[in-house]
Amino acid sequence: MKEEFKEFWKGFKGGNWEENIDVFNFIENNYKEYKGDDTFLASISPKTKKVWQKCEKLLQEESKKGLLDVELDEVSGITNFKPGYIDKKNEVVFGLQTDKPLKRIVNLYGGTRMADKALAAYNKQLNPTLEGYFKEFRKTHNDGVFDVYTPEIRRARKAGLLTGLPDAYGRGRIIGDYRRVALYGIDKLIEFKQKDYAEIDVSSEENIRLREEVMEQIRALNKIKEMASSYGFDISKPAKNAQEAVQWLYFAYLAGVKEDNGAAMSLGRTSTFLDIYIERDLQKKVLTEEEAQELIDQFIIKLRLVRHLRTPEYDEIFAGDPTWVTESVGGMLNDEKSLVTKNSFRYLQSLINLNPSPEPNLTILYSEKLPVNFKKFCAKISILTDAIQYEGDDVMRPIYGSDYAIACCVSAMKVGKQMQFFGARCNLAKTLLYSLNGGVDEKSGTLVVEGLKKNTEKILTFDKVWKNYQKTMKLVAKTYVDAMNIIHYMHDKYAYEAAQMALHDTHVERLMAFGVAGFSVAVDSLSAIKYAKVKPIRNEEGVIVDFEAEGDFPKYGNDDDRVDEIAVDLVKYFMECLNAQKPYRNAKQTLSLLTITSNVMYGKKTGTTPDGRKAGEPFAPGANPMHERDCSGALASLNSVAKIPYCNCCQDGVSNTFSIVPDALGKDEKSRVKNLVSVLDGYFVQGAQHLNVNVLNRDLLIDAMNNPWKYPNLTIRVSGYAVNFNKLSRAHQEEVISRTFHISR
Amino acid sequence: MEVYGNIDSFESMGLVDGPGVRFVVFMQGCPLRCAYCHNPETWSNEKKIQITPTELVKKISKYKTYFGEDGGVTFSGGEPLNQPEFLLEALKKCKENNINTCLDTSGFGDNYDEILDYCDLVILDVKELDAERYQKLTGKKIDKFYAFLQKCQEKNVKLWLRQVILPHYNDSKESVLKLKEFASKLKNVEKIELLPYHSMAKEKYKKMGIKYRLEDLEDMNKEKCKTLEKLLK
Repeated sequence: MKEEFKEFWKGFKGGNWEENIDVFNFIENNYKEYKGDDTFLASISPKTKKVWQKCEKLLQEESKKGLLDVELDEVSGITNFKPGYIDKKNEVVFGLQTDKPLKRIVNLYGGTRMADKALAAYNKQLNPTLEGYFKEFRKTHNDGVFDVYTPEIRRARKAGLLTGLPDAYGRGRIIGDYRRVALYGIDKLIEFKQKDYAEIDVSSEENIRLREEVMEQIRALNKIKEMASSYGFDISKPAKNAQEAVQWLYFAYLAGVKEDNGAAMSLGRTSTFLDIYIERDLQKKVLTEEEAQELIDQFIIKLRLVRHLRTPEYDEIFAGDPTWVTESVGGMLNDEKSLVTKNSFRYLQSLINLNPSPEPNLTILYSEKLPVNFKKFCAKISILTDAIQYEGDDVMRPIYGSDYAIACCVSAMKVGKQMQFFGARCNLAKTLLYSLNGGVDEKSGTLVVEGLKKNTEKILTFDKVWKNYQKTMKLVAKTYVDAMNIIHYMHDKYAYEAAQMALHDTHVERLMAFGVAGFSVAVDSLSAIKYAKVKPIRNEEGVIVDFEAEGDFPKYGNDDDRVDEIAVDLVKYFMECLNAQKPYRNAKQTLSLLTITSNVMYGKKTGTTPDGRKAGEPFAPGANPMHERDCSGALASLNSVAKIPYCNCCQDGVSNTFSIVPDALGKDEKSRVKNLVSVLDGYFVQGAQHLNVNVLNRDLLIDAMNNPWKYPNLTIRVSGYAVNFNKLSRAHQEEVISRTFHISR
Repeated sequence: MEVYGNIDSFESMGLVDGPGVRFVVFMQGCPLRCAYCHNPETWSNEKKIQITPTELVKKISKYKTYFGEDGGVTFSGGEPLNQPEFLLEALKKCKENNINTCLDTSGFGDNYDEILDYCDLVILDVKELDAERYQKLTGKKIDKFYAFLQKCQEKNVKLWLRQVILPHYNDSKESVLKLKEFASKLKNVEKIELLPYHSMAKEKYKKMGIKYRLEDLEDMNKEKCKTLEKLLK
């Protein structure tokens, strides 16, 4: 390729990337680390201002209506929509999902019922001819799954033991290596795929499947080219300059969100890659800093406009209409050198230039060793906007190398080399109740998990409870893995993400990501049984409906090893149970402590628990300690969470959301920034994986709940993602307000 | 046998009591009865958390990763000088473990000679400069405050001065300038902080059945306090 692309790659340092698809090698050989401060940054450009003002109006309108517009004469697809613009003469990055901003796409491949429900909720109807044909001739992912689901899975799903499974919507959490299109152009990528295709024999079912998939990928690549050309761009060859690099990369991403409506459609790790192009243009003096910022701001605007059509039920689980356009920024190349560039700053600067916003989900890959000026800038942005999250590079880099990115909230994967089979979560608090009630659901009284005996103790004893709990987890894990295998088999078959997978290596590694909800409730319940006297109260059928606890017990979130050890044992054991099962396509099992906002809904579906939590009350999110039970100060709370093992256990993420009152963080801006950096350093150096940081007052949130019009841009981190506070339901707002706000006395 | 300390509570993330991120030890017992005190639960000598210096340092060490360049431990209270033997041992142990130490005190105590050798910083609460008003505010004579300050000066201890600002009492320009003049005659003063009075402790008094002396006093306006602080620059 070296000769062929000489003109395009002028000024770049060569390497393996010139012979093979190897974006990271290109980055490594060409990026310029930036250790300076934020003073070089430019403010919003006049063009961007005009474009953004138009968008803000539309966003306000959408916020009132819930849904601005939806395309009813087409279904999802890379080339199914005419080009769309916001304000053509002022745009510098082009492309929308449909022909109009915020107009949503109907995707039927995941399942028609979900799409029907979503449309019905807004009084819309798909073109009947199209709908009729689709339903008659095309089987969906959802149809396939329900053809195969077992009675165990159906019961677990209905009871809320397994919830949020991607069996009726797109699985998402797949990150295409969108940078490849900018670096190599579409034609070269097709050439490589054709070579791979030729080498796949048809000696096994797996190979036949793969060969078909690669052909789908090639088709998708051609369509991406066609779609770009409808906007007047020829992306068959590599990008020649920064403007083209941003544009080519964006087209690649855009193809994904035209084709699929995965729960999380993340962007990857693009800032440092693009910095190389921007630096080259700055050196050549064909681009100014203002223009560079303009490119990034306008790219970010496009990402903020990504939408998917979802049902009200979906919104109940994942509040605030999130799309998880997660972009990973920063991180280390090796122990000495970081991957921070000026463009890492520019991405964050968009939160100033365009006001705070939940999307894209800007994620700092954090290490104590990052340049101090960058750490300070991140802290400053956190304090100002509450819009960014931090994830521990030091625990992830040894596993995933230096070119991984976060999908969704906390799920790491090697860009273009790994993909994930997303698997929502299992309610471990409910599992504990099942282990006490012989598999009978505490709310409905029906049998959900077979093969268990009721606990008949007057006072619960820890050893007995733990033993039964282990047995129950084993049974639940089996059902869970079965469900996941079915779901991803059918998803590959009926809703394959060809555009995104085309930007992966052909022989991709697969991760199967399981999850846990009700973590701290389960842990505190076990601690109560172990350290206090817990008396179960049974109804006439012998089902425990309440508990009376006598005496105090250590609670997770206070850096108390007596209970934190229970927490560690619990996740280790559940992971063991999952590992004992055989996953589809030889995937590697991983586990997350992440609830997103489903902690509210899960709580609603779960009866009273031994820790003192009453039936229906929300769980704490993710790996967070229960609300207000972490009362030994913020650092004690962080230390407890930092003990949860990441490597080979919760390797799909340990989500922690942390709220602190501004006055407690320091007396002035300078000391707040410095103190927040110290807190982040101290937390991540212990091997912690994730932290959402909110710097705000509870009073402010209460005011915002009652007077939303006063806070149009109030963004807060909830659990692995940020939301506009006004878009949360009342129940979610109340849950957020009831969380621990760390103060300093 | 190690001496036990009597502790009211701990705060694992103190970000306003000394530089950087600090673990704060709120010690039990105080001889003063300041009108605006917001921790009346620390006055008595009743036994609360009993801990040895070794155990305490083990506890603090769990937070070492957060301390960064200038963070560490702050002994506050109550009045930490009220338990001089324990305080000395705890400070010594902290220094052995390379933990930066800070003492947050009114200076009201005895036997602090050696203690000061192990303090990287003393935050001295300058309650009042006028002897008569000092006694009215705190219930005790001002002499011990001066004696402590004198000793700090002899030993060249780094100082931060603090004063709680109350409306209609010491929130005038003159009052703050007087404090500034007082500080200017001292050496090693790194910083002067004005703390705006707040009435959040009222509820605690009510619960404890103690009369709150400033019942009718409004909170000090934070902005005004910040403006006053500018006079000190």
